[in-house]
This record gives sequence, structure tokens and C-alpha cells, in this order.
Amino acid sequence: MRKHLLTAMTALALSTLAYGQSDMEKGINKYREMLADGNPAELFEMNGEELWKTARGPKNATLEKCDLGKGPGVVKGAFVELPRFFADTGRVQDLESRLLTCMETLQGFNAAELAKVKYNKGEMANIRDIATYVAGQSKGMRFAVPQNHASEKTMYEVGKRLFFARGGTHDFACATCHGEDGKRIRLQGVPNLTKNPGDGIGFAAWPAYRVGNGQMWTMQKRLNDCYRQQRFPEPKYGSDATVALGVYMGVNAKGAESIAPAIKR
Amino acid sequence: MGNPMRIRAKSANGETTVRVLMSHRMEGGQRKDANGKPIPAHHINTVTAKHNGKVVLSADWGPAVSQNPYLAFSFKGGAKGETVEINWVDNKGDSRTDTATIS
Amino acid sequence: MKKTTQSVLAAACVAALMAACSSTTMSSSADADRATAEVIKSSFQNKGIAKLDRIAPEASNDLCSQADVAGKALDEKTAKAIEAANMAAIKWPSDGKYLGDWKRGEKVAQSGKGLTWRDKITRVNGGNCYNCHQIDPSFNSYGTLGPSLVGYGKLRGVTDPNSPAAQAVVKYTWGKIWNSRAYNACSNMPRAGTNGILTQNQVRDLVALLLDPNSPVNK
Repeated sequence: MRKHLLTAMTALALSTLAYGQSDMEKGINKYREMLADGNPAELFEMNGEELWKTARGPKNATLEKCDLGKGPGVVKGAFVELPRFFADTGRVQDLESRLLTCMETLQGFNAAELAKVKYNKGEMANIRDIATYVAGQSKGMRFAVPQNHASEKTMYEVGKRLFFARGGTHDFACATCHGEDGKRIRLQGVPNLTKNPGDGIGFAAWPAYRVGNGQMWTMQKRLNDCYRQQRFPEPKYGSDATVALGVYMGVNAKGAESIAPAIKR
Repeated sequence: MGNPMRIRAKSANGETTVRVLMSHRMEGGQRKDANGKPIPAHHINTVTAKHNGKVVLSADWGPAVSQNPYLAFSFKGGAKGETVEINWVDNKGDSRTDTATIS
Repeated sequence: MKKTTQSVLAAACVAALMAACSSTTMSSSADADRATAEVIKSSFQNKGIAKLDRIAPEASNDLCSQADVAGKALDEKTAKAIEAANMAAIKWPSDGKYLGDWKRGEKVAQSGKGLTWRDKITRVNGGNCYNCHQIDPSFNSYGTLGPSLVGYGKLRGVTDPNSPAAQAVVKYTWGKIWNSRAYNACSNMPRAGTNGILTQNQVRDLVALLLDPNSPVNK
């Protein structure tokens, strides 16, 4: 965060603390490495792939013609280029809002109704699994979120403003926790999302399976829970605010390797 | 019943390593829901692994194993193309068997 | 939102008689601010006790957020004005008692509960202090978003918080917890008193946690 008096001394102190991990953090990272083999996220991925290829909904169609930005049915590499502008909807969309579009146009579901379903329940559980599958098809690839269309550039600027927007009972912004290097909340390290935080970190680490509550979380769910902890009112699923934040973080993470679906404590 | 397991089996130097990811709630039976009502136990009790029809591992689990259990083990023998079969039975009498080909 | 931005861009392009318009040069910061305001309006909804009024425009938040986006600190005059306004919003202890019980204070500092959309309004809120600060040196689960508070009272030479010599520090400590922006216009620290997060008694207990010579903070 910007403070009006950041002397050279303070900056030096911060940098020494920032890059020296505590023993605790080293231990936690070792635990995470052990968890990485046998990531339960793979179960959700498998289900998602099956859902992608299964004829469902009022139109009894599969999602195999869904255009995620690289052409109808092209799944590999699509995740690392989202969010992006889509001419057919005239909007910049992230993975999950685009899945809602495909489920509506191809399968006949009502996107507005889908967006209201509680996370982990009913069709929202299916969207979660499909998103996990799609993300997994870009595993190991590097983020290249486009900034070509005017709307994409606008959404970056909107996302940036949202990122720094303080509010709620606690005056928190995303930047309050994610605005500096080497910080942590209690024992949980929080990456600096105003820039590229590195391979497999931040935007490049979701969707992820959270061991602590045994749940598979997508980026929409992650943002939703961030806003909950910021004591904000709730962002609607797939809303422009959530997409704009994805553009901001995704563009900042240009070149970072995606490890989704990842595993978290 | 239940959801499919994800099984990977690889053989090298006369030994086969098997990794299994099982989909199961593994509810211990000690927790209570938001209204204070106890959540009933629902967890895997036994696990059996077979190679070519012969048992290579058997395990007794219970409430202590957590959700979506991950099991990794190895056994002597096994060759590419042969089958490994994993079966679990839970405390409700539900069971599931999945197979995988050794690579 | 997009159509308005695009027509503004189109108009600007024509007016400037430029051959190629990149939207980053034509789209002014003000356009992006307007687009952001519209996005906020359409994207959030009430949930539980978390209502839309929580993100209504608020003087210091809006100014500080703008400064952060621009990457420039607020000018001195604006900063001082914010600090003065927040100082005026501090409620000092009704009975003149600044210190409570440090043991209760440690509980308030450790608890991060309350005020999310899953909470009931009747819930006792926590101070969330350990999320950002180290406090009791023997408690390892602390964050680093704020400075360590180990030795807080000792370092400020407070041996008897009730003495006249300690009053300035005692008052500052109360004020900082009640409303951090009274002392630092764009502080990241929640305004625990002014924003209704903690009660007077809870703040008393936190002041004790920091200044009582018997508190583990000062041992």
C-alpha cells in the first residue's frame, strides 16, 4: 500500500523480512508439496470432462461446441486467455460467465437462474466441475490474457480501480491484503496481485481444492469469499466486477504458469 | 455406488506403484450440524486391492481418515497391461470397485 | 457500460482527427472512473447483514482509493483534513477509564469474527488484530500486514498507565484503535470504534493488552 512516508530504511527492512520465509511457512509449503500428489481436484476434473461431453439441458446438447475464445470446442489453452471479449455477447467474460453463456445457448439452461444457485449445489456444482476441467486443460501453460479490444482495456482499468476500492465496515480493499510483497494474514501468505506474483501463485493457482474444508473452489468462489471477509455486500456470480478483477489480475500475471487445478491447505 | 476413483498404476524394476484417489465424504460421526444435530457417520471401513485376482493390499479404515482419501502403495510384480482392481466398502454397506491398467 | 465508453471513444477519435486511436490514450481516467461506478452498481447485492450502504461513497475511502490507483500519496492539505475529520469522530471513554482487562483484550485481539454476511447482527465482533499484527510474543499465529506490537508499552516508556506522564500515550492508543485515520489519513487499519466494530469495553481491554505492564506484550 502507498504510505506517504516510506523511508529507504523501512523499505530495506521490509525487503529483508519479505523474502526470508519463517520456519512455519517452510513447513506449510512442504505439507503442500506432499499434498500435491493425489490432488482431489482430479476427481472434480474427471467429472467436469464427463459433463462437457454429456448431452444435457432442455436442448439435450453437449458443451462440445462451446466457444471459450479460441473457437467452438477448443478447450486446450482457452483458460489462460480468459477473461476476454466475446463478439456474440458483446461483453468481456471470464471462464465461468462464459460457461453460463454456453449452457444457455447450447443446452437451453437459463443463465440468470443458474447464477443464483448456491455454490457447491445443483447445477452450480456442475459448473464448478466443468470449470475445473477446462482450467486443467491449460495446466502448465502461461497466462496471456488479451488486451486488444477496447472493452478489454476498459475492464483492466475498472478492475484496477476495484482492486484499490476501500469499503465495507472494515475499510478493506483487495489491495489492503494483496498490495505488497511478502505479507501474510496470520500464518497465511498473501501474494501481491498488483503485479505478477510468480508461477502458480494468485490468479494462476485457482481453481483449487481446499483441504481444510474439502471443497473445490473456482475463481468466482474465491472472489466471493474475499468480499465476504472484506465485509462487503455480495458480488453477483459472473458479474462485471468479478470479471474486471479477473482481467486486472490475469493481465498482471502475464507469463505466469497456470497450475490449476491446484491444492491449498 | 459413489463416484469413480482415480487410479494410476505404474510398474518399474519389478515393482508396481499404485496411486488411488477415492471420492468419499468420510464423515466421522462426531460433528454436529448448524442446528446441533449430530451428522451421521458415513465412511469407508475396508479397502482391498487386487492384482490379477490376488489380494495385494487390504486396509481397515474408519472415522479417522479424511474426505476424498488418497492412497499410495506398491507391490512386487505386476507388468504393463495387467489390471489392478481397487474396492472399498463403507459403514452403510455401500461399495465400489474400479480398475486400472498398469502402465 | 461498454456502449457508453465506446461512443465516447468514437467521439474523441473523430474530434482529434487521429488516424489510429488507442483506447488507452483516448479513454480518460474519468471514463474509467465512470465505468467503475456503473460496474459497482450492477454487480453487488445485499446479503444477510451486509447491505449496499457499506459500499456507498465515503470521503476518506474514496480519496485514499483514488490516490492508490494513481500511485501518488494524498497531498498534505487533504490528508490533514481527513485526519481532522476522523479525530472529531472519536468517542473517548465515557467514564474517563482508558484501560480494561488485558486477558479479555487478548481474546478480542485473537477473534476475527463478526460483520460478514454470514453473521447475525447480535454476534460479538472480534478485533481481528492478529490478522495483521504480532502482539503477545508467545503467540505464533500472527500476520505481518501491520507492525509488530511486541513491547508496545515498554518501548514507549509506560511503566504506570495511570500516571500523568503516560496520558499522552494512553490517549493515542485509544484514539488509534477507535479511529486509525485520525493519525494517518489512509491507514489500512479498520476504524474499530467509529465503524461500530468494537464496543468501548472491548477497546478498553485492547488498550490494557498494549499498555498494562503485566500484559505479556510488555513482559
